[in-house]
Amino acid sequence: MPLRGNYQGSSFFELLQLEQRHLLPDLSAWVESSGETIPHGTTVLAMRFGDGVLVAGDRLATAGHSVASRDVVKVFETDPYSVMAISGAAGPCIEMARVLSVELEHYEKIEGESLELEGKANKLSQMIRANLPAAMQGLAVVPLFAGYDTRRKTGRLWKFDITGGRYEELEFDATGSGGLYARESLKHGWDAQLNRNDAVKVAVAALTAAADEDRATGGVDLERGIYPVIKVCTSEGQTDASEDEIAACYRSILEARAAGGNL
Amino acid sequence: MSMPFYVSPEQVMADKAEFARKGIARGKSIVAIEHQTGIMMMAENSTTLSKVGEIYDRIAFAGVGKFSEFDQLRKVGVRFADTKGYAYSREDVRGRALANAFSQVMGEVFTREIKPLEIEIIVAEVGDDRYEDHKKNSLYRVKYDGFISDHPGYCVIGGNVEDVEAILKNDYRDGMPAGEAASLGCRALNAGAEHSSELDAESLEVCLMDRNRTGRKFCRLSTEEVQGMLDA
Repeated sequence: MPLRGNYQGSSFFELLQLEQRHLLPDLSAWVESSGETIPHGTTVLAMRFGDGVLVAGDRLATAGHSVASRDVVKVFETDPYSVMAISGAAGPCIEMARVLSVELEHYEKIEGESLELEGKANKLSQMIRANLPAAMQGLAVVPLFAGYDTRRKTGRLWKFDITGGRYEELEFDATGSGGLYARESLKHGWDAQLNRNDAVKVAVAALTAAADEDRATGGVDLERGIYPVIKVCTSEGQTDASEDEIAACYRSILEARAAGGNL
Repeated sequence: MSMPFYVSPEQVMADKAEFARKGIARGKSIVAIEHQTGIMMMAENSTTLSKVGEIYDRIAFAGVGKFSEFDQLRKVGVRFADTKGYAYSREDVRGRALANAFSQVMGEVFTREIKPLEIEIIVAEVGDDRYEDHKKNSLYRVKYDGFISDHPGYCVIGGNVEDVEAILKNDYRDGMPAGEAASLGCRALNAGAEHSSELDAESLEVCLMDRNRTGRKFCRLSTEEVQGMLDA
Protein backbone atom coordinates (compact mmCIF):
# COMPACT_ATOMS: atom_id res chain seq x y z
CA MET A 1 0.00 0.00 0.00
CA PRO A 2 1.63 3.26 -1.07
CA LEU A 3 2.02 6.06 1.43
CA ARG A 4 2.20 8.66 -1.28
CA GLY A 5 -0.66 9.35 -3.65
CA ASN A 6 -1.90 12.22 -5.74
CA TYR A 7 -5.32 12.53 -4.16
CA GLN A 8 -5.54 15.63 -1.97
CA GLY A 9 -9.21 15.73 -0.97
CA SER A 10 -10.97 14.58 2.15
CA SER A 11 -13.31 11.90 0.77
CA PHE A 12 -12.47 8.24 1.30
CA PHE A 13 -14.90 7.15 -1.43
CA GLU A 14 -13.17 9.40 -3.98
CA LEU A 15 -9.78 8.18 -2.78
CA LEU A 16 -10.82 4.60 -3.54
CA GLN A 17 -12.34 5.58 -6.88
CA LEU A 18 -9.22 7.41 -8.01
CA GLU A 19 -6.39 5.43 -6.49
CA GLN A 20 -7.62 2.07 -5.20
CA ARG A 21 -10.31 1.12 -7.69
CA HIS A 22 -9.82 -2.60 -7.07
CA LEU A 23 -11.07 -2.15 -3.50
CA LEU A 24 -14.49 -0.94 -4.66
CA PRO A 25 -16.74 -3.89 -5.44
CA ASP A 26 -17.45 -4.16 -9.16
CA LEU A 27 -21.19 -4.67 -8.93
CA SER A 28 -21.90 -4.84 -12.63
CA ALA A 29 -19.89 -8.05 -12.97
CA TRP A 30 -21.88 -9.86 -10.27
CA VAL A 31 -25.28 -9.28 -11.84
CA GLU A 32 -24.61 -11.06 -15.12
CA SER A 33 -23.76 -14.37 -13.50
CA SER A 34 -25.89 -14.64 -10.41
CA GLY A 35 -29.18 -12.83 -11.09
CA GLU A 36 -31.97 -13.85 -8.72
CA THR A 37 -29.99 -15.83 -6.17
CA ILE A 38 -28.18 -12.90 -4.56
CA PRO A 39 -29.28 -12.52 -0.92
CA HIS A 40 -31.69 -9.65 -0.39
CA GLY A 41 -32.34 -7.87 2.86
CA THR A 42 -35.96 -7.12 3.63
CA THR A 43 -37.75 -4.73 5.98
CA VAL A 44 -36.15 -1.68 7.59
CA LEU A 45 -37.86 1.36 9.06
CA ALA A 46 -36.96 4.72 10.52
CA MET A 47 -39.04 7.20 12.51
CA ARG A 48 -38.64 10.50 14.27
CA PHE A 49 -39.79 10.74 17.85
CA GLY A 50 -39.70 13.28 20.66
CA ASP A 51 -35.96 13.11 21.44
CA GLY A 52 -34.48 12.07 18.14
CA VAL A 53 -34.78 9.32 15.63
CA LEU A 54 -35.08 5.52 15.71
CA VAL A 55 -34.01 3.02 13.06
CA ALA A 56 -34.96 -0.66 13.09
CA GLY A 57 -34.47 -3.64 10.83
CA ASP A 58 -35.35 -7.34 10.91
CA ARG A 59 -32.61 -9.97 10.55
CA LEU A 60 -33.71 -12.10 7.61
CA ALA A 61 -32.00 -12.22 4.22
CA THR A 62 -33.60 -14.16 1.39
CA ALA A 63 -32.32 -15.47 -1.94
CA GLY A 64 -35.26 -16.09 -4.22
CA HIS A 65 -37.69 -18.12 -2.12
CA SER A 66 -35.03 -19.48 0.26
CA VAL A 67 -33.65 -18.11 3.48
CA ALA A 68 -30.08 -16.92 2.90
CA SER A 69 -29.41 -15.92 6.51
CA ARG A 70 -31.53 -15.59 9.64
CA ASP A 71 -29.32 -13.20 11.52
CA VAL A 72 -27.96 -10.70 9.04
CA VAL A 73 -27.57 -7.15 10.35
CA LYS A 74 -29.10 -4.41 8.21
CA VAL A 75 -28.86 -1.42 10.52
CA PHE A 76 -25.40 0.10 10.86
CA GLU A 77 -23.97 2.83 13.00
CA THR A 78 -22.18 5.06 10.49
CA ASP A 79 -20.89 7.44 13.15
CA PRO A 80 -21.86 8.32 16.73
CA TYR A 81 -24.83 10.43 15.55
CA SER A 82 -26.05 8.66 12.44
CA VAL A 83 -27.39 5.30 11.37
CA MET A 84 -27.96 3.70 8.00
CA ALA A 85 -30.42 0.90 7.30
CA ILE A 86 -30.33 -1.16 4.13
CA SER A 87 -32.76 -3.12 2.07
CA GLY A 88 -32.00 -4.56 -1.33
CA ALA A 89 -29.10 -6.69 -2.51
CA ALA A 90 -27.30 -7.50 0.74
CA GLY A 91 -23.72 -7.63 -0.58
CA PRO A 92 -23.48 -4.14 -2.09
CA CYS A 93 -25.71 -2.71 0.65
CA ILE A 94 -23.44 -3.86 3.46
CA GLU A 95 -20.39 -2.73 1.51
CA MET A 96 -21.94 0.69 1.01
CA ALA A 97 -22.60 1.02 4.73
CA ARG A 98 -18.96 0.10 5.42
CA VAL A 99 -17.64 2.64 2.95
CA LEU A 100 -19.93 5.33 4.35
CA SER A 101 -18.79 4.76 7.92
CA VAL A 102 -15.11 4.94 6.88
CA GLU A 103 -15.98 7.98 4.76
CA LEU A 104 -17.45 9.90 7.71
CA GLU A 105 -14.58 9.02 10.04
CA HIS A 106 -12.04 9.82 7.31
CA TYR A 107 -13.53 13.25 6.68
CA GLU A 108 -13.53 14.01 10.39
CA LYS A 109 -9.86 13.07 10.76
CA ILE A 110 -8.67 14.92 7.65
CA GLU A 111 -10.70 18.08 8.19
CA GLY A 112 -10.68 18.10 11.98
CA GLU A 113 -14.48 18.34 12.28
CA SER A 114 -17.41 16.14 11.30
CA LEU A 115 -19.81 16.71 8.43
CA GLU A 116 -23.24 18.15 9.10
CA LEU A 117 -26.00 15.53 9.07
CA GLU A 118 -27.26 16.87 5.75
CA GLY A 119 -23.74 16.55 4.32
CA LYS A 120 -23.63 12.92 5.38
CA ALA A 121 -26.96 12.20 3.68
CA ASN A 122 -25.76 13.98 0.56
CA LYS A 123 -22.59 11.89 0.48
CA LEU A 124 -24.67 8.73 0.66
CA SER A 125 -26.77 9.78 -2.30
CA GLN A 126 -23.59 10.31 -4.34
CA MET A 127 -22.51 6.79 -3.46
CA ILE A 128 -25.86 5.35 -4.53
CA ARG A 129 -25.60 7.28 -7.79
CA ALA A 130 -22.20 5.69 -8.40
CA ASN A 131 -23.95 2.33 -8.14
CA LEU A 132 -26.53 3.33 -10.79
CA PRO A 133 -25.38 1.03 -13.65
CA ALA A 134 -25.72 -1.97 -11.29
CA ALA A 135 -29.07 -0.71 -9.99
CA MET A 136 -30.40 -0.66 -13.55
CA GLN A 137 -29.54 -4.36 -13.82
CA GLY A 138 -31.41 -5.24 -10.66
CA LEU A 139 -28.80 -4.82 -7.93
CA ALA A 140 -30.60 -1.99 -6.24
CA VAL A 141 -29.32 -0.38 -3.08
CA VAL A 142 -32.07 1.60 -1.37
CA PRO A 143 -31.06 2.63 2.15
CA LEU A 144 -32.66 4.73 4.84
CA PHE A 145 -30.39 7.22 6.53
CA ALA A 146 -31.20 8.84 9.85
CA GLY A 147 -29.43 10.69 12.59
CA TYR A 148 -29.50 13.37 15.19
CA ASP A 149 -28.79 16.84 13.80
CA THR A 150 -26.70 18.38 16.57
CA ARG A 151 -27.04 21.87 15.09
CA ARG A 152 -30.80 21.87 14.59
CA LYS A 153 -31.30 19.77 17.74
CA THR A 154 -33.66 17.30 16.14
CA GLY A 155 -33.77 13.83 14.64
CA ARG A 156 -33.92 13.68 10.84
CA LEU A 157 -34.35 10.90 8.32
CA TRP A 158 -34.01 10.44 4.59
CA LYS A 159 -35.07 7.82 2.10
CA PHE A 160 -33.34 7.29 -1.21
CA ASP A 161 -34.19 5.82 -4.58
CA ILE A 162 -31.88 3.83 -6.85
CA THR A 163 -30.86 6.93 -8.81
CA GLY A 164 -29.50 8.57 -5.67
CA GLY A 165 -32.59 10.72 -5.23
CA ARG A 166 -32.76 11.92 -1.63
CA TYR A 167 -36.03 12.71 0.12
CA GLU A 168 -36.30 13.91 3.67
CA GLU A 169 -39.20 12.43 5.63
CA LEU A 170 -40.72 14.33 8.53
CA GLU A 171 -42.49 11.40 10.18
CA PHE A 172 -41.37 7.87 9.37
CA ASP A 173 -40.61 5.58 6.49
CA ALA A 174 -40.05 1.89 5.84
CA THR A 175 -38.55 0.15 2.81
CA GLY A 176 -37.97 -3.39 1.63
CA SER A 177 -40.44 -6.13 0.77
CA GLY A 178 -42.38 -5.70 4.03
CA GLY A 179 -42.07 -1.92 4.03
CA LEU A 180 -45.66 -1.34 2.98
CA TYR A 181 -47.03 -3.31 5.97
CA ALA A 182 -44.60 -1.68 8.35
CA ARG A 183 -45.72 1.76 7.15
CA GLU A 184 -49.36 0.81 7.63
CA SER A 185 -48.61 -0.22 11.21
CA LEU A 186 -46.55 2.93 11.88
CA LYS A 187 -49.40 5.06 10.58
CA HIS A 188 -51.51 3.85 13.51
CA GLY A 189 -48.94 3.82 16.28
CA TRP A 190 -46.68 6.75 15.43
CA ASP A 191 -46.83 10.15 17.06
CA ALA A 192 -44.34 13.02 16.81
CA GLN A 193 -44.03 13.25 20.59
CA LEU A 194 -43.44 9.56 21.36
CA ASN A 195 -40.84 8.96 24.05
CA ARG A 196 -37.98 6.57 23.45
CA ASN A 197 -39.57 3.49 25.05
CA ASP A 198 -42.85 3.94 23.21
CA ALA A 199 -40.96 4.49 19.96
CA VAL A 200 -39.25 1.10 20.46
CA LYS A 201 -42.67 -0.49 21.09
CA VAL A 202 -44.11 1.03 17.92
CA ALA A 203 -41.08 -0.16 15.94
CA VAL A 204 -41.39 -3.75 17.22
CA ALA A 205 -45.10 -3.71 16.41
CA ALA A 206 -44.39 -2.47 12.87
CA LEU A 207 -41.75 -5.13 12.25
CA THR A 208 -44.08 -7.79 13.66
CA ALA A 209 -46.86 -6.61 11.35
CA ALA A 210 -44.47 -6.72 8.39
CA ALA A 211 -43.28 -10.22 9.32
CA ASP A 212 -46.89 -11.31 9.61
CA GLU A 213 -47.83 -10.20 6.10
CA ASP A 214 -44.55 -10.58 4.22
CA ARG A 215 -42.86 -13.99 4.13
CA ALA A 216 -39.45 -12.47 3.46
CA THR A 217 -39.41 -10.44 6.68
CA GLY A 218 -38.03 -12.02 9.84
CA GLY A 219 -39.62 -10.31 12.81
CA VAL A 220 -38.73 -11.48 16.32
CA ASP A 221 -37.54 -15.09 16.65
CA LEU A 222 -37.92 -15.99 20.34
CA GLU A 223 -37.02 -19.67 19.86
CA ARG A 224 -33.65 -18.96 18.30
CA GLY A 225 -33.11 -15.76 20.24
CA ILE A 226 -32.78 -13.61 17.12
CA TYR A 227 -34.05 -10.06 17.61
CA PRO A 228 -34.36 -7.11 15.26
CA VAL A 229 -31.68 -4.45 15.50
CA ILE A 230 -33.08 -1.20 16.86
CA LYS A 231 -30.82 1.85 17.11
CA VAL A 232 -31.78 5.18 18.62
CA CYS A 233 -30.02 8.51 17.98
CA THR A 234 -30.54 11.40 20.36
CA SER A 235 -28.48 14.35 21.56
CA GLU A 236 -26.59 11.83 23.72
CA GLY A 237 -25.43 9.94 20.63
CA GLN A 238 -26.43 6.54 19.41
CA THR A 239 -27.61 3.59 21.56
CA ASP A 240 -29.09 0.15 20.92
CA ALA A 241 -32.36 -1.14 22.31
CA SER A 242 -31.51 -4.24 24.33
CA GLU A 243 -32.69 -7.70 23.33
CA ASP A 244 -34.60 -7.98 26.62
CA GLU A 245 -36.48 -4.80 25.88
CA ILE A 246 -37.40 -5.97 22.38
CA ALA A 247 -38.44 -9.40 23.70
CA ALA A 248 -40.68 -7.74 26.30
CA CYS A 249 -42.37 -5.59 23.63
CA TYR A 250 -42.88 -8.65 21.45
CA ARG A 251 -44.29 -10.74 24.30
CA SER A 252 -46.88 -8.09 25.06
CA ILE A 253 -47.92 -8.19 21.39
CA LEU A 254 -48.22 -12.00 21.58
CA GLU A 255 -50.29 -11.73 24.75
CA ALA A 256 -52.63 -9.22 23.16
CA ARG A 257 -52.95 -11.53 20.16
CA ALA A 258 -53.67 -14.57 22.38
CA ALA A 259 -56.32 -12.55 24.19
CA GLY A 260 -58.08 -12.11 20.87
CA GLY A 261 -56.65 -8.75 19.84
CA ASN A 262 -55.93 -7.97 16.21
CA LEU A 263 -52.27 -6.95 16.18
CA MET B 1 32.08 26.00 -21.10
CA SER B 2 31.75 26.47 -17.40
CA MET B 3 32.28 23.54 -15.05
CA PRO B 4 29.73 23.06 -12.25
CA PHE B 5 31.26 23.28 -8.78
CA TYR B 6 32.00 19.95 -7.19
CA VAL B 7 30.40 19.48 -3.79
CA SER B 8 31.09 16.28 -1.88
CA PRO B 9 28.10 14.11 -0.88
CA GLU B 10 29.10 14.49 2.77
CA GLN B 11 28.88 18.25 2.45
CA VAL B 12 25.49 18.08 0.71
CA MET B 13 24.05 15.87 3.46
CA ALA B 14 25.56 17.97 6.23
CA ASP B 15 24.13 21.14 4.69
CA LYS B 16 20.69 19.62 4.33
CA ALA B 17 20.72 18.32 7.89
CA GLU B 18 21.84 21.71 9.16
CA PHE B 19 19.05 23.39 7.22
CA ALA B 20 16.39 20.98 8.55
CA ARG B 21 17.65 21.23 12.14
CA LYS B 22 17.50 25.03 12.02
CA GLY B 23 13.92 24.91 10.82
CA ILE B 24 12.88 22.51 13.57
CA ALA B 25 14.78 24.33 16.31
CA ARG B 26 12.64 27.43 15.73
CA GLY B 27 9.53 25.48 16.76
CA LYS B 28 8.15 24.62 20.16
CA SER B 29 8.33 21.16 21.72
CA ILE B 30 5.83 18.31 21.97
CA VAL B 31 5.89 15.52 24.54
CA ALA B 32 4.23 12.12 24.44
CA ILE B 33 4.04 10.35 27.79
CA GLU B 34 2.70 6.92 28.64
CA HIS B 35 0.29 6.86 31.57
CA GLN B 36 -1.72 4.28 33.46
CA THR B 37 -4.38 3.74 30.82
CA GLY B 38 -2.79 5.02 27.63
CA ILE B 39 -0.73 7.80 26.12
CA MET B 40 -0.93 11.57 26.58
CA MET B 41 0.38 13.97 23.96
CA MET B 42 0.95 17.58 24.86
CA ALA B 43 2.05 20.47 22.67
CA GLU B 44 2.70 24.10 23.43
CA ASN B 45 0.21 25.52 20.98
CA SER B 46 -2.32 28.28 21.46
CA THR B 47 -3.43 28.42 17.81
CA THR B 48 -6.27 26.49 16.18
CA LEU B 49 -3.85 24.70 13.85
CA SER B 50 -3.41 21.40 15.65
CA LYS B 51 -0.08 19.70 15.90
CA VAL B 52 -1.48 16.50 17.36
CA GLY B 53 -4.01 14.44 15.45
CA GLU B 54 -5.80 11.14 15.22
CA ILE B 55 -4.71 8.63 12.60
CA TYR B 56 -6.65 5.49 13.51
CA ASP B 57 -8.32 3.63 16.37
CA ARG B 58 -5.12 3.30 18.41
CA ILE B 59 -2.70 5.54 16.55
CA ALA B 60 -2.02 9.24 16.96
CA PHE B 61 0.37 11.63 15.27
CA ALA B 62 2.27 14.69 16.42
CA GLY B 63 4.51 16.95 14.37
CA VAL B 64 6.82 19.91 14.89
CA GLY B 65 8.43 22.21 12.36
CA LYS B 66 6.72 23.46 9.23
CA PHE B 67 2.96 23.07 9.69
CA SER B 68 2.12 22.53 6.02
CA GLU B 69 4.68 19.74 5.75
CA PHE B 70 3.77 17.69 8.80
CA ASP B 71 0.04 18.23 8.32
CA GLN B 72 0.37 16.90 4.78
CA LEU B 73 2.17 13.87 6.20
CA ARG B 74 -0.58 13.38 8.78
CA LYS B 75 -3.26 13.40 6.08
CA VAL B 76 -1.31 10.91 4.00
CA GLY B 77 -1.09 8.74 7.12
CA VAL B 78 -4.87 8.90 7.63
CA ARG B 79 -5.41 7.85 4.00
CA PHE B 80 -2.91 5.01 4.40
CA ALA B 81 -4.51 3.78 7.63
CA ASP B 82 -8.14 4.06 6.45
CA THR B 83 -7.39 2.29 3.18
CA LYS B 84 -5.54 -0.50 4.97
CA GLY B 85 -8.26 -0.89 7.59
CA TYR B 86 -10.91 -1.00 4.88
CA ALA B 87 -9.03 -3.51 2.74
CA TYR B 88 -8.08 -5.78 5.66
CA SER B 89 -9.45 -5.28 9.17
CA ARG B 90 -9.24 -2.51 11.76
CA GLU B 91 -6.85 -4.59 13.88
CA ASP B 92 -4.41 -4.86 10.99
CA VAL B 93 -3.57 -1.16 11.10
CA ARG B 94 -0.46 -0.98 13.26
CA GLY B 95 1.72 1.88 14.39
CA ARG B 96 5.04 0.30 13.51
CA ALA B 97 4.10 -0.18 9.85
CA LEU B 98 2.91 3.40 9.68
CA ALA B 99 6.01 4.81 11.38
CA ASN B 100 8.17 2.83 8.97
CA ALA B 101 6.23 4.15 6.01
CA PHE B 102 6.70 7.73 7.29
CA SER B 103 10.39 7.06 7.76
CA GLN B 104 10.67 5.83 4.15
CA VAL B 105 8.99 8.94 2.77
CA MET B 106 11.00 11.36 4.89
CA GLY B 107 14.25 9.56 4.10
CA GLU B 108 13.50 9.64 0.41
CA VAL B 109 12.72 13.34 0.43
CA PHE B 110 15.93 13.98 2.37
CA THR B 111 18.15 12.24 -0.20
CA ARG B 112 16.35 13.18 -3.42
CA GLU B 113 14.93 16.64 -3.02
CA ILE B 114 16.93 19.80 -2.75
CA LYS B 115 15.01 20.91 0.32
CA PRO B 116 14.54 18.33 3.09
CA LEU B 117 11.41 18.27 5.23
CA GLU B 118 11.83 20.64 8.17
CA ILE B 119 9.82 18.44 10.50
CA GLU B 120 10.05 15.80 13.17
CA ILE B 121 7.14 13.53 14.08
CA ILE B 122 5.90 11.12 16.72
CA VAL B 123 3.72 8.12 15.91
CA ALA B 124 2.10 6.85 19.11
CA GLU B 125 0.20 3.60 19.39
CA VAL B 126 -1.73 2.59 22.47
CA GLY B 127 -1.68 -1.12 23.35
CA ASP B 128 -4.56 -3.55 22.90
CA ASP B 129 -5.38 -5.72 25.92
CA ARG B 130 -7.16 -8.28 23.76
CA TYR B 131 -3.94 -9.46 22.12
CA GLU B 132 -1.04 -10.91 24.06
CA ASP B 133 1.58 -9.46 21.70
CA HIS B 134 -0.02 -6.02 21.24
CA LYS B 135 -0.37 -5.12 24.89
CA LYS B 136 2.44 -2.59 25.12
CA ASN B 137 2.22 1.01 24.00
CA SER B 138 4.71 2.20 21.41
CA LEU B 139 6.18 5.62 20.75
CA TYR B 140 8.13 6.12 17.52
CA ARG B 141 10.04 9.22 16.66
CA VAL B 142 10.96 9.95 13.05
CA LYS B 143 13.50 12.66 12.27
CA TYR B 144 13.79 14.92 9.21
CA ASP B 145 16.16 12.46 7.48
CA GLY B 146 13.91 9.45 8.07
CA PHE B 147 15.85 8.22 11.10
CA ILE B 148 13.40 6.23 13.20
CA SER B 149 13.69 5.23 16.85
CA ASP B 150 11.34 3.88 19.47
CA HIS B 151 11.08 5.36 22.94
CA PRO B 152 9.60 3.45 25.83
CA GLY B 153 7.88 5.69 28.40
CA TYR B 154 8.12 9.11 26.85
CA CYS B 155 9.25 10.88 23.73
CA VAL B 156 10.07 14.50 22.94
CA ILE B 157 10.37 16.33 19.62
CA GLY B 158 10.91 19.96 18.73
CA GLY B 159 13.15 22.88 19.45
CA ASN B 160 14.58 22.36 22.88
CA VAL B 161 14.57 18.61 23.34
CA GLU B 162 17.42 18.38 25.87
CA ASP B 163 15.88 20.59 28.55
CA VAL B 164 12.46 18.95 28.20
CA GLU B 165 13.94 15.47 28.25
CA ALA B 166 15.98 16.23 31.37
CA ILE B 167 12.81 16.80 33.40
CA LEU B 168 11.13 13.68 32.04
CA LYS B 169 14.21 11.55 32.61
CA ASN B 170 14.20 12.58 36.24
CA ASP B 171 10.50 12.42 37.06
CA TYR B 172 8.91 9.92 34.72
CA ARG B 173 7.75 6.64 36.23
CA ASP B 174 5.71 3.79 34.77
CA GLY B 175 1.97 3.65 35.39
CA MET B 176 1.34 7.29 36.36
CA PRO B 177 -2.29 8.41 36.44
CA ALA B 178 -3.22 10.61 33.45
CA GLY B 179 -3.47 13.75 35.61
CA GLU B 180 0.05 13.28 36.94
CA ALA B 181 1.34 12.71 33.40
CA ALA B 182 -0.32 15.97 32.36
CA SER B 183 1.33 18.03 35.07
CA LEU B 184 4.68 16.35 34.37
CA GLY B 185 4.28 17.14 30.67
CA CYS B 186 3.43 20.75 31.47
CA ARG B 187 6.47 21.09 33.72
CA ALA B 188 8.72 19.53 31.07
CA LEU B 189 7.43 21.87 28.36
CA ASN B 190 7.93 24.82 30.71
CA ALA B 191 11.57 23.86 31.10
CA GLY B 192 12.00 23.94 27.34
CA ALA B 193 10.06 27.14 26.71
CA GLU B 194 12.07 30.26 25.90
CA HIS B 195 9.79 32.75 27.56
CA SER B 196 9.67 33.11 31.30
CA SER B 197 5.91 32.97 31.84
CA GLU B 198 4.46 29.62 32.90
CA LEU B 199 2.38 27.62 30.41
CA ASP B 200 -1.32 27.41 31.23
CA ALA B 201 -4.24 25.38 29.89
CA GLU B 202 -4.93 28.08 27.28
CA SER B 203 -1.56 27.62 25.64
CA LEU B 204 -1.53 23.83 25.64
CA GLU B 205 -2.92 21.37 23.13
CA VAL B 206 -3.55 18.07 24.89
CA CYS B 207 -4.78 14.82 23.38
CA LEU B 208 -5.28 11.51 25.14
CA MET B 209 -5.47 7.96 23.94
CA ASP B 210 -7.18 5.85 26.55
CA ARG B 211 -7.11 2.09 26.08
CA ASN B 212 -10.31 1.70 28.10
CA ARG B 213 -12.43 3.66 25.63
CA THR B 214 -14.42 1.58 23.17
CA GLY B 215 -13.65 1.94 19.47
CA ARG B 216 -11.54 4.98 18.66
CA LYS B 217 -9.22 5.68 21.58
CA PHE B 218 -8.23 9.22 20.63
CA CYS B 219 -9.76 12.28 22.22
CA ARG B 220 -8.87 15.94 22.18
CA LEU B 221 -9.27 17.74 25.50
CA SER B 222 -10.96 21.12 25.79
CA THR B 223 -9.23 23.97 27.66
CA GLU B 224 -11.48 23.33 30.68
CA GLU B 225 -10.64 19.64 30.70
CA VAL B 226 -6.91 20.43 30.52
CA GLN B 227 -7.30 22.90 33.38
CA GLY B 228 -9.14 20.24 35.35
CA MET B 229 -6.33 17.76 34.82
CA LEU B 230 -3.62 20.23 35.79
CA ASP B 231 -5.48 21.29 38.93
CA ALA B 232 -6.10 17.73 40.10
